[in-house]
Amino acid sequence: MMKQPNTQPMSELMLRETASQTAGPYVHIGLALAAAGNPERDEEIWSEMVKPDASGEHIEVVGTVIDGNGDLVRDAFLEAWQADAEGNYQSDYDLRKPFNSFGRTATTFDHGSEWSLKTIKPGAVVHPNGKLMAPHINLAIFARGVNIHLQTRLYFDDEVEANRECPVLSRVESDNRRQTLIAKREEAGGVIRYRFDIRLQGPGETIFFDF
Amino acid sequence: MQSNHNRFVTRDRNWHPPAYAPGYKTSIARSPQQALMSMQQPTASELTGPDFSHLRMGSYDNDLLMNFTQGEGLPQGERIILFGRVMDQFGKPVPHTLVEMWQANAGGRYRHKKDAYLAPLDPHFGGVGRCLTDDQGFYRFRTIKPGPYPWPNDVNSWRPAHIHVSVMGPSISSRLITQMYFEGDPLIPLCPIVHTLKDPEAVETMVGRLDMANSKPMDCLAYRFDIVVRGELQTYFENQ
Repeated sequence: MMKQPNTQPMSELMLRETASQTAGPYVHIGLALAAAGNPERDEEIWSEMVKPDASGEHIEVVGTVIDGNGDLVRDAFLEAWQADAEGNYQSDYDLRKPFNSFGRTATTFDHGSEWSLKTIKPGAVVHPNGKLMAPHINLAIFARGVNIHLQTRLYFDDEVEANRECPVLSRVESDNRRQTLIAKREEAGGVIRYRFDIRLQGPGETIFFDF
Repeated sequence: MQSNHNRFVTRDRNWHPPAYAPGYKTSIARSPQQALMSMQQPTASELTGPDFSHLRMGSYDNDLLMNFTQGEGLPQGERIILFGRVMDQFGKPVPHTLVEMWQANAGGRYRHKKDAYLAPLDPHFGGVGRCLTDDQGFYRFRTIKPGPYPWPNDVNSWRPAHIHVSVMGPSISSRLITQMYFEGDPLIPLCPIVHTLKDPEAVETMVGRLDMANSKPMDCLAYRFDIVVRGELQTYFENQ
């Protein structure tokens, strides 16, 4: 007799998606080997999305993840997906390219517990309605206690006009909530850096998307 | 300009665990209280994703019996093959997608600087693997069966033996991290993390099945674990 497979039907025509589970406290040993203190393989998917010769404005993006008690989440793992400087997503991930649209980072177990990415400022991407979306980085957040990853967008505070016209950002009714999606520019030692703290719950809770 | 990216079947958030699941205590302060903002019209930002076909893998990346010491010594524990097919909700195989996994050793200890469980590290076991699915969507790992371990939730909570599994699928919309449990494990119905799921059928999607036909006599058992990612819809009538 055929054994019941682990997949489950949704209807006669479709299957159910495999259910999500938390990535747990030790996600680093699987997806962020350096953060676990483990030896890395020859090629790892990590936080340097650019080489020096990549075209575009080179930036750093940093931030913390904060829980509903106001405490730092030290075991969060994040994934970034963004367009290149011309507004195109580069699906082909290849560490020999000057720029990759995908990156990974994690908060740390040390004092400041910041995640960081080295990248370029993305260009504007066309919305299906033909308008331009303001430059943004898509972020997914995984952590112990997070049962299914949270999805947000990081926008830039020096893109005032583009942000105002963005068909996604302008759909947010609450101005206070819209601000949770906007990273703040700071310049330190010749580095252009944007700060984006992610609040999982409570006052200043970041907007998370369903798509 | 029209976007020509395929859309995906809507994710059923009542099937997945909710963000707030108080039986799993850590979720209490890490769950958003505001509603998710629904993107009724997904854009290139959601409908595209990375293709890892050009990521250079090591020859032992999917062989956890070998990859920590490059074969100098074998790890303790039950040798198993973990394999299965990545497909979408319409049963269409997802070829050349990245599958990553990580796990505790046979004693239930992770090789992670924050894991201080009594069970010792195994000098021959790291606990991480990755591979791309083949043309038919199949992935395959060789490893040992991980041990259960206690964790601080209730006074005496134990995790069933499990392997964390991460899959990308065709776009960031299909991104999924889950855990594979082992058929017949009596700890599955006792686990607060399993219980974050309301529907017993949703739990079944996470239970790998013993597969004697694919086991190797005098060598290792096999567990089959198929992974279903969101169904990719074909784009019709886009210039309405």
